[in-house]
Amino acid sequence: MKGFKPSAPFLLLLPAFIVLAAVVVVPLLLSLYSSFTPFRLTKPETFFVFVGLRNYLSILANTDFWWAFGRTVLLLTIALNLEMLLGLGLAMLVEKATRGQRILRTLMMFPMMFSPILVGFQFKFMFNDNIGLVNNALQSLGITQDAIPWLIEGHLAFIAISIAEIWSSTAIFAILILAGLLAMPKEPIEAARVDGCTPWQTFRYVTWPFVMPFAYIAMTIRSLDVARAYDIVKIMTDGGPAGRTELLWTLVARTAYSDGRMGMANAMAYFSILLSIAFTVYFFNKLAAARTQIGAEW
Amino acid sequence: MDENSSARLKRRLLGIVHRIGLFLAMLTICLPGLWIVLSSLRPTVEIMAKPPVWIPQEISFDAYVAMFSGIGKGGIPVIEYFRNSLIISVTSTIIAVAIGMAGGYAFARYRFRGKSSVFLGLMLTRTVPGIALSLPLFFLYVRLGIIDTHFGLILAYVALNVPFTIWLIDGFFRQVPKDLAEAAQIDGCTRWQAFWQVEFPLAGPGIASAAIFAFLTCWNEFALASQLTRSVSAKTLPVGLLDYTAEFTIDWRGMCALAVVMIIPALTLTYIVQKHLVGGLTSGAVKG
Repeated sequence: MKGFKPSAPFLLLLPAFIVLAAVVVVPLLLSLYSSFTPFRLTKPETFFVFVGLRNYLSILANTDFWWAFGRTVLLLTIALNLEMLLGLGLAMLVEKATRGQRILRTLMMFPMMFSPILVGFQFKFMFNDNIGLVNNALQSLGITQDAIPWLIEGHLAFIAISIAEIWSSTAIFAILILAGLLAMPKEPIEAARVDGCTPWQTFRYVTWPFVMPFAYIAMTIRSLDVARAYDIVKIMTDGGPAGRTELLWTLVARTAYSDGRMGMANAMAYFSILLSIAFTVYFFNKLAAARTQIGAEW
Repeated sequence: MDENSSARLKRRLLGIVHRIGLFLAMLTICLPGLWIVLSSLRPTVEIMAKPPVWIPQEISFDAYVAMFSGIGKGGIPVIEYFRNSLIISVTSTIIAVAIGMAGGYAFARYRFRGKSSVFLGLMLTRTVPGIALSLPLFFLYVRLGIIDTHFGLILAYVALNVPFTIWLIDGFFRQVPKDLAEAAQIDGCTRWQAFWQVEFPLAGPGIASAAIFAFLTCWNEFALASQLTRSVSAKTLPVGLLDYTAEFTIDWRGMCALAVVMIIPALTLTYIVQKHLVGGLTSGAVKG
């Protein structure tokens, strides 16, 4: 070989770097800058006025923002934990099935490919207080006479949104955990049983450690995409009633496009970006740890 | 009772509990979708009926006919939206897969410094919430004059898909043994030939699944599309669905029909890729 040659992996990754720099990194730097200005869409000249941390300070003093922030974290905590548990349960149910496993697996993937906007629409339809399936069923079964205002009352709307969110994302956990269960060798389980482990002990000390990396892959994939809750909320309640289901992302959209306060919205957006990054880095590290624990190459 | 028969009884009971659990789980998964399909076929009167009509009295495809016969009642140009969705999704998928193949190959076949952090860095660009990314993109696109065009959305979607495509394709190349390409090179292939004639065909099905997955991401995306498109010339189907809710009288049947139109391509494609998708995501999680 003669002369200087840039390394092959660098050349191969170059197109990816260029695209991501152009569409993600540079725009984000721009939005970082504009978060230090009082930029409004209606007044382009405000883009060049520098106000330092004023946007951030006024956000920190804004109770609406903190409610939205807390609600977002609460929604993610509830949703991710329940999705994990339900996914594990579903995967174990399907794994135990003796017949028709293939078709069960296909059905299980079903919600994953629903666009979040469709999931939102479908649950908006089902939770409609007047014509929705849920209220109709409750009334026909005689459980209640009144129309329960699912999407109109604040707490109920939050529950409805959580249900939609969990319905759409449990599949990812179930599929990946099932893949782990199926890839698992059977001998250790039999050995544990012969040695007198209870089913719980077998699960806790044999099955779970093996399946854990798969669960973390699911968590990582899921955390890449937590913001898709925006689509669901947007179509189901659009942050209403009276801001009771406002999440960080709907608040950003409202501040930016309805009020036209771009500078402020960008500052808020940075909080949401940091939140997403925190989730992803956390699970990615867990994944790496789980990988080394079972001695896979990386 | 001896131990034998009580153990048998217990096992049978467990079997029944298992079946009931499985049935309920599948019901929860399938019912919402089936309800949408059913509602799209029923007349609006039946959907709105009080007390509810549970057993459909008449089934018709009116909603679909209305939707595709030009501008229908709601004034939603579904055909244009469908075309936009298709053009944008297909083009950006092809580009993203080409870029992702190069990147994935680099991760699967080379060792380089900071590999793990580069990988994490790529993934982090994917975590940026669509709505947060839409703010600067909106501003830039207006300045560049590519707001409300196919090109603008395609560009955004390529960037959206590249990280995950790299992850998947990396997994698929890992499953192809290194020795094969090396053997081909010893037999006189260049690295380039070895790639196209040995490794690419073997990883082909996996790459196809990565492509389908990227396609679905574009097909389903809403947060960016809703801000970067404005008119019939670039709006995609998910944005179109929201058009219905913006009206004063919600046409539930029409929305259900549009939902079915959106989900059918997605389901078909999912069915094709399901086997490979899981393989690509999990390879590297366990040695194998």
